[in-house]
Amino acid sequence: MDNKINSSPVEKEKITMPEMLTVSPSPHVKSPETTTTLMVDVLIALSPAIIWGVVVFGWRAAMHVLLSVAAAVGAEALYEKLMKKPITVRDCSAAVTGVLIAMNVPVSVPLWMPVVGSVFAIVVVKQLFGGIGKNFVNPALSARVFMLSWAGDMTRFTAAGDRINSLLPALGEADVVSSATPLAALKTGALPSESFLDMFLGRQGGCIGEVSAVLLLVGAVYLLIRKVITWHIPVAYIGTVAVLTFIFSRNGMFSWEFMLYELLAGGLMLGAFFMATDYSTSPVSPKGRIIYGIGCGAITVLIRFFGTYPEGVSFSILIMNLLVWYIDKFAKPRRFGGKTSGK
Amino acid sequence: MKKSFKDIFKEGILTNNPTFVQLLGMCPTLATTTSVTNAIGMGLSTTVVLIFSNFLISLLRKIIPKQVRIAAYIVIISGFVTAVELLIKAYLPALNASLGLFIPLIVVNCIILARAEAFASKNDPVRSACDGIATGLGFTIALIIVATIRELLGSGMLFAGADGTGGIQILGDWYSPATIFLMPTGAFLTLGFVIALVQKIRNTVAEQTRLKELLDDAVKHGYTSEYLERYKKKKNKNKVSTEIVDAADKYPEQKGEEK
Repeated sequence: MDNKINSSPVEKEKITMPEMLTVSPSPHVKSPETTTTLMVDVLIALSPAIIWGVVVFGWRAAMHVLLSVAAAVGAEALYEKLMKKPITVRDCSAAVTGVLIAMNVPVSVPLWMPVVGSVFAIVVVKQLFGGIGKNFVNPALSARVFMLSWAGDMTRFTAAGDRINSLLPALGEADVVSSATPLAALKTGALPSESFLDMFLGRQGGCIGEVSAVLLLVGAVYLLIRKVITWHIPVAYIGTVAVLTFIFSRNGMFSWEFMLYELLAGGLMLGAFFMATDYSTSPVSPKGRIIYGIGCGAITVLIRFFGTYPEGVSFSILIMNLLVWYIDKFAKPRRFGGKTSGK
Repeated sequence: MKKSFKDIFKEGILTNNPTFVQLLGMCPTLATTTSVTNAIGMGLSTTVVLIFSNFLISLLRKIIPKQVRIAAYIVIISGFVTAVELLIKAYLPALNASLGLFIPLIVVNCIILARAEAFASKNDPVRSACDGIATGLGFTIALIIVATIRELLGSGMLFAGADGTGGIQILGDWYSPATIFLMPTGAFLTLGFVIALVQKIRNTVAEQTRLKELLDDAVKHGYTSEYLERYKKKKNKNKVSTEIVDAADKYPEQKGEEK
């Protein structure tokens, strides 16, 4: 029989080792979960918000998403080919980065901008540091900050305006004709003209993927149910922003109105659920994740209140990304039977 | 053994470039390369200080007690820096406003102290002054390279005046300036990429030199084999292929076997 197999190359091919056969020390925990399934879950969770972005901002938003994803995946494949590394585009992580970059730009930016951002995110932030899992800051957010160098384009927000009014007539007219975003209004210390319901549903100006809080929450619930993310970071993050903006409201103290607007405006929901929870740039232990979330929240509020930019979500997450190593050290879980302190 | 002047210049500018190879003086490199004009101003001021301080320190090298030499060097350097600063203030007020604090900070520029310690304190005054010129030029060239990339990408222009106005439009209207390159982030990004490139070139050169030595050695021992012929064939391509390096690495073993 052996001879028979050896004689035929086709037969020989068939008896190669099955791919899933691994030899490892215990515990022998098996999970169907792979990077690909996780990333596809994230894409599924993001899709309602993307679809809403296309509905609100038009086909140009879809163009941004497609171009950005193509650029991210293309850049990863090309870099890995040039560097003679295994090609990892099939794990979809580059696609997620591309989608997040497109969701983080206003629809009016030139079409090349998210493409440049994607290439920067993949090549400089991700691949130069060793590829997936080895980047120390979130690639999509770094690309957003990189793109802020074209500040004029990145802060020109198209108000959803008339388009939204015609979309959901049953809800009445949305007051989003002014060009400023709710955040810009908050920055001046005034309450935005949009109603809470409009902002919650996504009838406000802003970046492509951040306008609808409810659809982002739907995606987040999906991720929580699928156990792709844990509750610690988003809850700590959004909770800190809520507490701080409630106590130190812009018009004095203890204002529910201001607090709710701060929570619904800008990229807080998108950042807290989809970007602060990135595996390679967030702490591993629950305690660490809560510290990390609180830090993100505090820095966001500080930048929103005292910074030059109206929005601080991207900067806060990037700053906390840099501290993850220290947080992990500090919040190391106690080994059972070990000493109570980390010493 | 005294260094030849050719070696001094070659080391200062190329093989031992203070910025790209020794990674000294990072602070002024990052801070003053926002425009080519600033880079030239900073580079030349440092060069002038470097020449004079090297020369004087070399003259005094046998008088300065070893225990207090660093303090003595700093005093000498700061004297020249003050002179340069006053000159710039008097004749180039725009450059002074633009470089600001970084002119007085030349005092603690580690390139100058490093040359004083590593070269001027051990060599004669003429050679030390030459080393000052070479290292200063190396530093200036490095600053200009970084500044060219940053200014071009950051504003699409080159040679903007020290007050930030004027300049020659290089890239057309199609180019949307990425202002991040004029900010500190852009400085780190640009410097990182340039150093990576320089390092890559150095590695290639080192590899070629090593290979050449190995093969010369082989010729000296009368070793003629297919490896040498293969090398000769590929020599014209001016590129080290891994195959040849492997072959050269194997050579000493083969030699042992022959014996």
